Amino acid sequence: MRRTLPPPHPVPQCSMTPALSIFVVEKDRDRALPIVDSLQAAGDHDIHVIADETGPARKIAERNPDIVLIDVTSPSRDVLEGLTQASGPMDRPVAMFVDQTDQGLTKAEIEAGVSAYVVDGLRADRLKPILDAAIARFHLFQRIRTELAATKRALEERKVIDRAKGIQMKAKRLTEAEAYALLRKAAMDQGRKVADVAGALVTAAGLLA
Amino acid sequence: MTALNIGFIALVDAAPLIIAHELGFAAEEGLALSLTRAPSWSTLRDMLAVGQIEAAHMLAPVPVATALGVGGVSTRIDALSVLSVNGTMIGVSTVLAGRLRGLGYGFDFADAIGAGRALITAAAGPLRIGVPFPFSMHAELIHYWLAALGQPVTGISIHTVPPPLMAQALAAGEIDAFCVGEPWGSVAVETGVGALLLPGSAIWAFAPEKVLAVRQDWATAQPDLTARLIRAVWRAGRWLDDAGNHITAAEILARPVFLDVAAEIIERALTGRFVISDRGEERPISTACRSG
Repeated sequence: MRRTLPPPHPVPQCSMTPALSIFVVEKDRDRALPIVDSLQAAGDHDIHVIADETGPARKIAERNPDIVLIDVTSPSRDVLEGLTQASGPMDRPVAMFVDQTDQGLTKAEIEAGVSAYVVDGLRADRLKPILDAAIARFHLFQRIRTELAATKRALEERKVIDRAKGIQMKAKRLTEAEAYALLRKAAMDQGRKVADVAGALVTAAGLLA
Repeated sequence: MTALNIGFIALVDAAPLIIAHELGFAAEEGLALSLTRAPSWSTLRDMLAVGQIEAAHMLAPVPVATALGVGGVSTRIDALSVLSVNGTMIGVSTVLAGRLRGLGYGFDFADAIGAGRALITAAAGPLRIGVPFPFSMHAELIHYWLAALGQPVTGISIHTVPPPLMAQALAAGEIDAFCVGEPWGSVAVETGVGALLLPGSAIWAFAPEKVLAVRQDWATAQPDLTARLIRAVWRAGRWLDDAGNHITAAEILARPVFLDVAAEIIERALTGRFVISDRGEERPISTACRSG
């Protein structure tokens, strides 16, 4: 979702399109680098990464970027929201950007897991390639994140099942295949997952040991 | 059963939604709630606006701000009911707490004017106060409180800090004081980085804190579902107001998928018995977080 930031100090008009200043709020360096790469591929922009989760407000206020990109899962998003709502007597006026007019792009951002804060008055044709690049990159991150979680869970389950098999092999003098067959039968009889039955066995064995 | 996706922020006052789901008040109304913990208020509001969720735990001023066209999204958001009143805490850094003690301030946890004047004297200069969101009862309470002190107040700035990061921001010296929803005030005490100065209820005894929010077009299109959702959450709130249920409620809220904070800390907001400093001083209040 896009919000407007207070506009930067006025710059003299020139015929050449100036490079946009883009801030990426991301504490993980391994995630920040590919974002920077894909943004650079989208155009000649001045890109700056903020790794600090609690204090991005000060840096943004000092440097007045045109666009700030942030992961929607970062709690610091509310800090940026606070910046767009600055209302003290010394603050510059802020106005809403295009999010009323482009529901589709807004939805794409939220689904990809990125949100963009954009300086007031930035032209849509300059913004679009940057957002497209960011959305594509964040989609990729989300897929990796989901895959990683699934792999981790599978590994954990395997470890527990291995331990349960070991306990049975020792206690009942079974082969590995027999031990696994017994676990699977118990799981089917009880309508539970093999990993859950294995977990219960490991816990019980730990208590009895 | 009708499936409904609902978003919440990890706070004690999300309890009516969590209890409606966990203890079957929603199921009694034929609703299968799917609860999602949102990482920030802005993301929760956006999830509601773009239709990823049907209802949300929401700061009471947000639907108002949205209707005024200053709340970030243009989608009209309706407040169906008030989920909770009070439940916020004003706290100060340990440095500031030490200076307050040095001035002979007794931390009565009740007199808002006295606490405010002592705070201004102790700060003796710039005072940075953290609140969770620009449109929040927390920000409103702070403004109302400072304006009511009857003395010129200068050098105070208000900063947005996400609730779970409030203790961290205090420890890092980015803010000097805060107003935040429980359990995050008590977490600051528990981690030794702050002391509680006042409950929000000392400033306004019956402040509407969170509302049950939906998109206006959804409420218009689904009057029956809307009514069922309001009833389920209202029944959960009645259950929560029974003192005999506080321990159970705290245990449920403590689970990793909900608040992921120790039940013993969560319980303080429900029972109104607060530990206000790392010296273990206790202060009871009668108007803690209420949801009935």
